[in-house]
Amino acid sequence: MTERNMVQALNNAFFIAMERDPTVITYGEDVGVDGGVFRVTDGLQAKFGDQRSFDSPLAEAGIVGSAIGMAVNGLKPVVEMQFSGFIYPAFQQIVSHAARLRNRTRGDITIPLVIRSPYGGGINALEHHSESLEALYVHIPGLKVVIPSSPYDAKGLLIAAIEDPDPVLFLEPKRLYRAVKQEVPDDYYTIPLGQAKVMKEGKDITIIAWGGMVPVAEDAISQVKAECELIDLRTIDPWDKKTIIDSVKKTGKCIIIHEATKTGGFGAEIAATLQEECIFNLDAPVARVTAPDVIVPYFKAEHYYRPNADMLVKKINELLNF
Amino acid sequence: MNIDVPYTSFLDIDGNLKEGAPQLSHDDLKTIYWHMNLGRICNAKILSMQKQGRIGTYASTLGQEGCQAALAHAIKDNDNIWLVPSFRESVATIARGYPMEQLMRYWGGFEIGSNQTREFKVMPVNIPIASQLNHAAGIAISMKFKGEKGAAIGFVGDGGTSEGEFAEAMNFVGEFKAPAVFVCQNNQYAISVPRKKQTAASTIAQKATAFGFEGVQVDGNDVFACYKIIKDAIEKAMNGGGPTFVEAITYRLDNHTTADDWHKYRTEEEVNEWKKKDPIERLKKHMMQIGCWDDQHEQHMLEDAKKKVEEAAKAYEGTPKPKVEEIFDHLYAKLPYHIQEQKDHFVKFWGGQ
Repeated sequence: MTERNMVQALNNAFFIAMERDPTVITYGEDVGVDGGVFRVTDGLQAKFGDQRSFDSPLAEAGIVGSAIGMAVNGLKPVVEMQFSGFIYPAFQQIVSHAARLRNRTRGDITIPLVIRSPYGGGINALEHHSESLEALYVHIPGLKVVIPSSPYDAKGLLIAAIEDPDPVLFLEPKRLYRAVKQEVPDDYYTIPLGQAKVMKEGKDITIIAWGGMVPVAEDAISQVKAECELIDLRTIDPWDKKTIIDSVKKTGKCIIIHEATKTGGFGAEIAATLQEECIFNLDAPVARVTAPDVIVPYFKAEHYYRPNADMLVKKINELLNF
Repeated sequence: MNIDVPYTSFLDIDGNLKEGAPQLSHDDLKTIYWHMNLGRICNAKILSMQKQGRIGTYASTLGQEGCQAALAHAIKDNDNIWLVPSFRESVATIARGYPMEQLMRYWGGFEIGSNQTREFKVMPVNIPIASQLNHAAGIAISMKFKGEKGAAIGFVGDGGTSEGEFAEAMNFVGEFKAPAVFVCQNNQYAISVPRKKQTAASTIAQKATAFGFEGVQVDGNDVFACYKIIKDAIEKAMNGGGPTFVEAITYRLDNHTTADDWHKYRTEEEVNEWKKKDPIERLKKHMMQIGCWDDQHEQHMLEDAKKKVEEAAKAYEGTPKPKVEEIFDHLYAKLPYHIQEQKDHFVKFWGGQ
């Protein structure tokens, strides 16, 4: 056991995955010598050589597109998109190829590819560095979307994503990269994709969060008298519907908190599913605490936008008194 | 401004061969000629089936058989070479052995038409323009890193070279000195937009200069020139010499696809001028000149090709209709539960058809 923050846990996951499987490689902008702008890939080039961890030209479509070609030829590439706001040139490769090739070749070609990218706000970043657009990718059949919220989960989920035979978008909440340290085992372990985690049990109200909103939810829960059940979704697609429905059947109330804008956000999918599957267990409307449907404000005004514990506390109290 | 790029052509429109042409045996010529004709007859069959509503929208290869058949012949059977096509490379893929009935299935709306890609090292038809070149780049780079002797041949059209992904792929193969050959079939039109309106560059081949490797032009309707240029490029790639960009100058004699009508954007006169440069006619004239072909050979060959195409069409027509399950079954290695629920619902709705 070693105390690690999320960056260190992800780095450790890389060392283990690349040690175990010689076909795992990683590349992207500044990934090789520099070890990534957040240092997630630090030390990999020194250990595994510059053909398994290397710098690529500054070209997102080229990075994801070439990774698809490498996957066709037997490698397991883990590529980095330096910030999620820069993925868009690669969108064609993700949507039209990575997610589709298995289906359009009836299983002849599979793409075991991981696309890692820091996402989300809360760090006073430049423009285009704070978006939380996970819902865009959930809408793409053939792709999986994973968002860890702790160092322990980050390691286990990344190794699972690398081992997954299908393409995975792995979004890393950069607000949490170095926020906390946690005991993270040195050895290999995985956390299955598609399994949510009940962070705290409670009987009064179910709170669903992921990524950068998990600590916000923990903060809010610590401020209220109600016994809240906190669920970290961890994998957004495929999502763990059963764990959530079981919880809501118990509590009868549910709040989804997400950093993304409200309309068309993943919270809407959860709310729709709850009314389809357990409407008679609900004692109150499913509530959402989200960003408003506006462009992410530049950082002097970002605090208005990003959901915080006070907003969630207010919503919890509203629901308790419903 | 002009950047000089070499242009290679050996066979004139009357079938006369210039000096310096590669040595191709009678058997070589017959093989290339066979593949060109097989490709053309298969193409005509698909177009006719499309008119009858038995196949979907299709991109004709008429007039572009020369470069494709010569390219396929430049690959040795056991070479570790992937073809990464766009969507107008039916002749090359057939010549590499990809079954014609499979191509018909692809254009006929069946995903299973693309399920023998690994066996023949031919990537599936690629519709999003130029994006396939990045796959070719990745295959080539991975071959280099894995120490495999091989190469990836990526195709693109003249219009495709205006795409951002073209630039990214060119830059990748240049930077990694990857064993790649990128072949631009410059057929003079991107649907309706002529080559001259596509770019201010005086040649498409010269674009390679900016990425630090060689770009060459070749007469795309001359199988001798195409064979030599592609063979040299493959050998260079497989021996660590890095990528080559080949601009094969040809002409799309047909519509862009069956949904297009070329009369809207070009003249009969222009098309007729290019018909004189038909790659099949040129090689046929040459083969007759050197005495390895006559009308009887021609008749037998055409009968044989038609027979093979008809057999493929019959196999295509016998393709079972897809079951509703199949739209779910190849989405992931293991279907997530929520899609499994949807599958169960749809299978029930459609009566398990």
